Amino acid sequence: MSTVSEPDRAERTEAAQPEDTTDAVLQQSQSKLGELAAQHTPVPEEQREPVLRLDGVTVSYSGAPAVCDVTMDVFRYQVTAFIGPSGCGKTTLLRSLNRMNDLITGATVDGRITYHGHDLYGSAVDPVEVRRRIGMVFQRPNPFPKSIFDNVAFGLRLHGMKDNLDERVETALSKAALWDEVKDRLNKSALALSGGQQQRLCIARALAIEPEIVLMDEPASALDPIATQRIEDLVGELKRDYTIVIVTHNMQQAARVADMTAFFSVDVKDGGHRNGVLVEYAPTADLFIRPADSRTEAYVTGRFG
Amino acid sequence: MSAVGNPLVSRGRRARRRKLTGQIMEVLATAAALLAAAALAIVIITVAKRAAPALNVDFFTQNAAPFGGAGGGIENAIVGTLIITGIATAIALPAGVLLAIFNTEFAPRRLADLISLTLNVLAGVPTIVIGVFIFALVVVGRGQSAFAGSLGLSIVMLPLVARASEEVLRLVPSHLREGGMALGATRARTVITVILPTAIGGIVTATIVAVARAAGETAPLLFTTSIFVGTAVNTDPSQAMASIPMVIFSYSESPDPHAQQQAWAAALVLVAVVLVGSIAGRLLSLRTRRQIEQVR
Repeated sequence: MSTVSEPDRAERTEAAQPEDTTDAVLQQSQSKLGELAAQHTPVPEEQREPVLRLDGVTVSYSGAPAVCDVTMDVFRYQVTAFIGPSGCGKTTLLRSLNRMNDLITGATVDGRITYHGHDLYGSAVDPVEVRRRIGMVFQRPNPFPKSIFDNVAFGLRLHGMKDNLDERVETALSKAALWDEVKDRLNKSALALSGGQQQRLCIARALAIEPEIVLMDEPASALDPIATQRIEDLVGELKRDYTIVIVTHNMQQAARVADMTAFFSVDVKDGGHRNGVLVEYAPTADLFIRPADSRTEAYVTGRFG
Repeated sequence: MSAVGNPLVSRGRRARRRKLTGQIMEVLATAAALLAAAALAIVIITVAKRAAPALNVDFFTQNAAPFGGAGGGIENAIVGTLIITGIATAIALPAGVLLAIFNTEFAPRRLADLISLTLNVLAGVPTIVIGVFIFALVVVGRGQSAFAGSLGLSIVMLPLVARASEEVLRLVPSHLREGGMALGATRARTVITVILPTAIGGIVTATIVAVARAAGETAPLLFTTSIFVGTAVNTDPSQAMASIPMVIFSYSESPDPHAQQQAWAAALVLVAVVLVGSIAGRLLSLRTRRQIEQVR
C-alpha cells in the first residue's frame, strides 16, 4: 500500500464515514493493481535498449493538438502500456508510431520519432516499409472477408515472402495461439471465427510479416473476459520475440501485462481546448505502487477527476 | 372499465381531428402505392395479351421476314441488342467502377462531391439528347454503326454503374482499409485486394440493373443504329445493327397487323429483361448488404 495515502486515510476515518468506505474499496483495488504490477521484475535501466524514441512529439488534427510534447523511449522486448482517460490521445500517439495517421487528412506529427535512430517521418521514408516493421492490431477485430489462410498470407504475398507460404502461415498462427483451433479449417472464412479468435487471427496476420514492434490498440476491449485473458497471455509470450506497445483503458490489464507504463492525462487549456499530455512514464510496478505524480495517483486509485 | 377516468385515452376535438388526419394520410399513401403496382401490372398484362399471338419459337430463332412479309422473328434484333449493350457495358463498367473507386478512395472531399453532382446531372440528361450528341459526334460523316449506339448507351449506363458502385464501396467499413494498410499495403493495393472483393456483389448488382435499363433505351439508338439494319443477323459493330427497341419502334408504326403483334412481342421480351434484371439485382444486393454487415 502506498505510503502517501496511509495518513490520508486515517484523517478521513474521522471525517466522513461513507467516504471512508469508498476509499477502502479503492485502496483495496489499488493494492490489487500493485500486487499485479509487482509481479513484473523490472529490467534494470542500464539494460533497456530503446527501439523507438519519441522526442517532443505533438500530434495534431487540422492544427489542433491532440497529444502534446511527448518524450519517451520504447524498449526492446518489453511490453509498454499507454493508459489514461478517454481523449488523452493515447490511441492517436500509438497510430503515429507506424504512420497510420498518414491516412487521416489534416493529421500532422511534430517533434521527432526515431526507430533505431532513423527518423520515422524522414522525407525518404516509405510508410509501407515502416508498417512492415511496426505492425498494428486494432480495437475491433478486422479480419478480411477471406479464408483464414488468406488472411495470414495477405501480408506475406504483399511483401513477396512467398517461399514456404504454408510454413510461414502455420508459424504465425501458432505464435498467435490459434493454430490448433483452425488447422482443420484454414480454407473457411475468417468471419466464421469467434471475436476472440478473429482478434488472434489479426495478431497472427500482423506477426506473419515478421515485424519488430507490434502496436495494439485496446486489442481486448471488444472481447469477453475469457478471450481477453487469452490475448493477455499471448502478449506475455510474444514479448520474448517482439516489442509490444499496448493501449488499454483497463488498468488491471496494464498492471498484468506491461513492463513499462505511460500514464496520459487531459490538459484543459484556457479557451477550453483539451489535449493529451504524458504525465508519467515508469516501470509498471513503480507507476502503480509509487506514482510520482499526484495525477497518476488519483487515476490509479480511481479518484480521477 | 369506463374510459372517462383513464388518463391514457385521449378525448376532445383536437384528438379526434388528429386521429382522422392520420387515417386519411394512411389511406392516401396506401392508394398511391397500389396505383404504382397497378400501373406496372396493367403494362405487363396488356403487353403480354397483345404479344401472345406472335410469341413462338420462330419469333426468337428466325430473322426478320424480308420486306415486311409474314412470318419471321426477331433473332437479328436480339443478337443486335446483345452486342450493342455488351459493348456499352464493356465501356461503362470499367469506367464507372474506376470512377467510383476514385471518388470513394482517392478524391478529396470537395472533388468527390463535385463528381457526384456531375454524375447526378448526367443521369438526368434526357436520353434523346445523348442520342443527338452521339449523332453529331460519331455518326455525322461516318454513318450509323452499332458501335455508335453502344457509345450512347454507355453514357446512359455510366452514372448508374458509378453511383451504385460508389454506394457499395462506401458501405465497406474503413477498418478493413486500415487492416490492409497496417500490413504495409498501399492504398491502391488495398482497394484491389480487399475493398473490391468485398464490394464485388454490389458492383455486379449495379451492372445488371444498368444493363437492363440500357437494353431498353431507344433514343440513343434512334440516331445511331436504326437504318439499313438488314433482316439478317449482323455481328459487325461497325455496321448499323437491328435491336429490340428499334423493332418495337418501327413495327408498331407498320400498318401490317402481324408486324404490330411482333412489336408487342418484342416489347414483352424487353419488359421481361428489365424485370428479371431488376429482381436479380435486388436479390443480389440484399445478399451483398448482408455480407458486408458481417464484416462491419
